[in-house]
Amino acid sequence: MTYGQRTQSGRGPAVFTTWVVLLFLLLPVTMVIPVSFTPHRYLSLPGAEWSLRHYATLLTDPSWLRSIRDSLVVACASTAIAVAMGTACAIGCWRVSSRLSEALRIVMLAPIIVPTIVHALGFYQAWVQFGLIDTYAGLIGAHAVKGAPYVVIAVSASLANVDLRLEQAARNLGATVWQTLGRVIVPSAKPGMLAGAIFAFITSWDELVVNLFITSRNVYTLPRKIWDGIQDNINPAVAAVATVLIVLTLAATLARVLYERRTAAPEEE
Amino acid sequence: MSADDRAKHVYWILIVAPLAVLAAFYLYPLSKVLYLSVTVPTPGLGNFAKLVDSSAVQRILLTTARICVITTTISLILGYLIAYTALHVRRGHETWILFVVLLCFWLSVLIRAFAWLTLLQSRGVVNTVLMDLGLIATPLALVRNEFGVILGMVHYMIPYAVLPLYANMKGIDPRLVPAARGLGASPLEAFWKVYLPMSLPGIISAGMLVFIFSLGFYITPALLGGGKTLMIAEYIAVQIIETLNWGMGTMLASTLLLVVFAIIAAMARFVDLRQVFGVK
Repeated sequence: MTYGQRTQSGRGPAVFTTWVVLLFLLLPVTMVIPVSFTPHRYLSLPGAEWSLRHYATLLTDPSWLRSIRDSLVVACASTAIAVAMGTACAIGCWRVSSRLSEALRIVMLAPIIVPTIVHALGFYQAWVQFGLIDTYAGLIGAHAVKGAPYVVIAVSASLANVDLRLEQAARNLGATVWQTLGRVIVPSAKPGMLAGAIFAFITSWDELVVNLFITSRNVYTLPRKIWDGIQDNINPAVAAVATVLIVLTLAATLARVLYERRTAAPEEE
Repeated sequence: MSADDRAKHVYWILIVAPLAVLAAFYLYPLSKVLYLSVTVPTPGLGNFAKLVDSSAVQRILLTTARICVITTTISLILGYLIAYTALHVRRGHETWILFVVLLCFWLSVLIRAFAWLTLLQSRGVVNTVLMDLGLIATPLALVRNEFGVILGMVHYMIPYAVLPLYANMKGIDPRLVPAARGLGASPLEAFWKVYLPMSLPGIISAGMLVFIFSLGFYITPALLGGGKTLMIAEYIAVQIIETLNWGMGTMLASTLLLVVFAIIAAMARFVDLRQVFGVK
């Protein structure tokens, strides 16, 4: 593809405004970082003196450590279930490819479309009935169904370019259905499974609203701890944890962008 | 039964098994919300009558609609600008523009709302700096009001607007605008009559996504609105958590759900939904 227009002049104002908007996007994110080094007990910019005390809190206060552990447990378990559900559905829909299967695939996407507050109420009601309130199984289950649609989308995208006849060919050559699935289709779906898993993991790791309704003391995730930290007079330890998460997100995004840049064919420059 | 039929059965099981899980652990809970809205405290449409009767409810709906329209409009304009610029600057710059957008896209909503709070609250960074410089005597009210909510929501939604717009614009033939210019159109005409109509599907998709997500927003309005600017999601949570008014809470939740589906159904006539949600 050619971009004949790329460096044309006369777009100065648009380009300038874009960079201003991008600065607006980055502004709050960057301001949290110095605040996390404040020596004070309240949120403020550090003056001459910088302190690591709020980072020390993160590493020594058992409630922060516990919330990180809970978040990891819930996110890993729910991601595994979401990947299994989403991959199965996407592979089935890819092969069957009828009007009905297309419609069912849209149904699988419901958790993305339905506003979180609506299913949060539903989860609460049903989980009371199932005895799942404030249990790991309960939160993992809720996060798994919330994460599955992202896997469906990502795996469907991976399979979109796989020739359906490949499946036929494998079976004509004597492979059973399960062998075909395990050796031909799942390997083709792997990039999508990975991308979907990342999405599902982050969905669970960040999830707060459902959390607020179906957990209390027993399961206590990081977003919950941050939320409580903000409510109760804004503990600056939240700024420290925010900084850690910002750095992690930055590193992951950078890695991805650089990776894509390396794998994409060099077109210019 | 032939081998082919057996294979087909396996693939149908692959579809039906996850759907059964979804039905039990997702669709059933949702149906409970709908059911409660017409049965608690008494069977009937009494809860829904409050949509017309109660001025408190109407105020919430109006606030929600206003904030969502403003947020969607601003996010679309700024998102369009970013997507357009990304495709018309040098490739190296494009990478960095997308990098910033993706960084914000991936960053936790809670962290972003918290960051705005740090910046804007009365003892926050902005007010401190302005007061130290002597530009203002008393802190400005930048947060715990509608301004703060819209600022935080626009910040959250811009990446959601950029990504569908960018995907759409990438598919527009870059030779069309020069062709229009060659035929005598001014730059503005070429944009207005050629590029903008071509990008309309992207605008509709992005607008729909942003508007739907805005309608159900909870965390950002709760933190940046400070309980003063109530949107529907937070109001529902208050009904359930504080006043245990399940009838009212589930009625509003059902209304929200129906509005979202109505918007999607209406939009399905203009765009391919499978494309919007990325399964095509």
